[in-house]
Amino acid sequence: MSSITYLEAIRLAQQRALKEDPRVFIYGQDIGVFGGAFKATKNLAKEFPGRVLDAPISEDAMVGLAIGAAVEGMRPIVEMQFADFSTCGFNQIVNQAATLHYRTGTPCPIVVRLPSGGTPGSGPFHSQSMEAIYAHYPGLVVMTPATVEDAYTMLLEAIELEDPVIFCEHKFLYYHLKAERLPATVGEALPFGKARIARPGRDATIVAYSAMVHEALAAAEELMQDGYDIEVVDLRTVRPIDTDTILASVARTGRLLVVGEAWPWGGVAADVIARVATEGFGLLDAPPQRLNAKETPVPYHPALWGTHRPTASSVANSLRQLLEL
Amino acid sequence: MTKANSPKTKGSQTKSSQGSSAGTMARELSLRAYRTMLEARLLEEKLAALYRSGKIVGGVFLGRGQEALSVALGVHLRRGDIYAPLIRDQAGRLAFGDTILDTLRTYLGSSLGSMRGRDGNIHRGRPSEGYHAMISHLGAMVSTVCGGLVAKRFRGEKGAVGATCIGEGGTSTGSFHEGMNMAAVENLPLVVVVANNQYSYSTPNDRQFACSDLLSKATGYGVAGHRAVGNDLVDCLGVIGEAVAAARRGEGPQLVVADLLRLVGHGEHDDASYIPEAMKKSPLGRDCLELARHSLIEREWLSEEAADSWHKAVEKEVEETASKVLREPAPDPSEEDWNAFASHSIGRNL
Repeated sequence: MSSITYLEAIRLAQQRALKEDPRVFIYGQDIGVFGGAFKATKNLAKEFPGRVLDAPISEDAMVGLAIGAAVEGMRPIVEMQFADFSTCGFNQIVNQAATLHYRTGTPCPIVVRLPSGGTPGSGPFHSQSMEAIYAHYPGLVVMTPATVEDAYTMLLEAIELEDPVIFCEHKFLYYHLKAERLPATVGEALPFGKARIARPGRDATIVAYSAMVHEALAAAEELMQDGYDIEVVDLRTVRPIDTDTILASVARTGRLLVVGEAWPWGGVAADVIARVATEGFGLLDAPPQRLNAKETPVPYHPALWGTHRPTASSVANSLRQLLEL
Repeated sequence: MTKANSPKTKGSQTKSSQGSSAGTMARELSLRAYRTMLEARLLEEKLAALYRSGKIVGGVFLGRGQEALSVALGVHLRRGDIYAPLIRDQAGRLAFGDTILDTLRTYLGSSLGSMRGRDGNIHRGRPSEGYHAMISHLGAMVSTVCGGLVAKRFRGEKGAVGATCIGEGGTSTGSFHEGMNMAAVENLPLVVVVANNQYSYSTPNDRQFACSDLLSKATGYGVAGHRAVGNDLVDCLGVIGEAVAAARRGEGPQLVVADLLRLVGHGEHDDASYIPEAMKKSPLGRDCLELARHSLIEREWLSEEAADSWHKAVEKEVEETASKVLREPAPDPSEEDWNAFASHSIGRNL
């Protein structure tokens, strides 16, 4: 039986958008004939001549071009070769794309795809998780799909949105995450901005997103052997953030662990905990906890990298501590 | 834009020179440009007065001395073009279709202005009408205009140009470089006008760049280069007119460099004491508005009387508009939705 990878889902979503919407074009480095560093645009330049364009190594200008085209009615998708390089386009994203609608009333419907997160051997400059930085800026939608189905439907949704979307697709999920089929319509998926209960449980809630959802699910399985039933909430979109689903889950379990692959300081995990502490303090039976990457640049060596990021095993340890509080 | 390319010389009391139709067009264009320069100058003098009397909060950044260069680009653009003016482009903005009314509304923070108090002064525009609202980060608008032109190319729209302006200091940014290079790679009908006013805020050119001539950058990018005398309206109209026409003909990006001097500080808070007196007295420091008036009168395209009556009429319009805007409501924080998102589906879970 054929199966579709997370990466292929992203390619197929772009293919569908190009086919169905003449406003869509894709712009990025090496994405044309070459098909992209990860092959997320494989064969698309051939299938859609003139609409999948190689860009110079100019992240700032790539985003600037997308903004200008969006103002004129297009629906550009910018592929950053790695999320890390989006810092070179940071100014255009946060100062122009994010502010445009608020300032002028003109929407800025662009999608910036960020191949995000760590993989073994990628090192400090090809491994970063940038979602918290972009989520900080009002006006940006930040998506962090954790499943093949979400990678597909959320990218289609991102293209439809009137707002600039930072689409954090996780490189670690590209090849090994698979699904048998993709949803035929976006309507089959959860509504935009809605978190998903990836695993129902009663003893504690893990809130996670992107690749960490899978580490959380594995940790939950591990704790089943200890007799605990752990609920896992997949945020799907970190901005806007579905506080209602988080609070409802904490109301059921009384305990909260937030897991993020990014650094802890001022991050998504910190914000989730702040929301629960402020709006749901009475629901908590124990102090809310977070588990993030260690506070160093992302290391190169697989042995270091595997300890730098949260894993099923470190999530399980954090859970055990939380359950004893 | 409603006023773009509208004839501003209608009813003017000018002597008619019986030249060719090209001559008539040059005259009409020059007169329209001069009238717009006058509007920009008098409007900005009013803005400075309002700033000094505490009516304008935030900065006031004037284009005194740069009106000829600015207007020369604005008058050559038309509906359907894309224009991203910068800090000293009041004249170009008015020529492209911005109004005295909306300028005053934006500076004074009227809730009826296009920016509704959400942004101010020179950061105004109507992007959906091809009139971009600059961000402060220099060079950023070059690639933005490129994007608009790419969109037009996708749609098969021919004949439109995109234009933006920048100072010599802005050419040092990575953004400027990336945008110029991208425009050249895509062979876009982009016109970039560099106002080399010798000082980026207070920093002189010898601390800004080391090339002997900014125009040599055109060769580096592989785009056409043009040089204009920045305070000579007739020269600016000719040179920029040719640059815009070349872009419209499909000859790719055009870089125009013009030397001049700003005759004010960087903003109204700045006395520009760092500009040497000798430079102010050099040809660079000549006032483009006075030169333009003199030149048009000498050509008998404009009479002294007509020039004086324009002056009075513009002054009156500026005063009346300012009085009106000063009575307009400020934005009410309680009526704001405080939501930066355009999508209605994004609720309060921000």
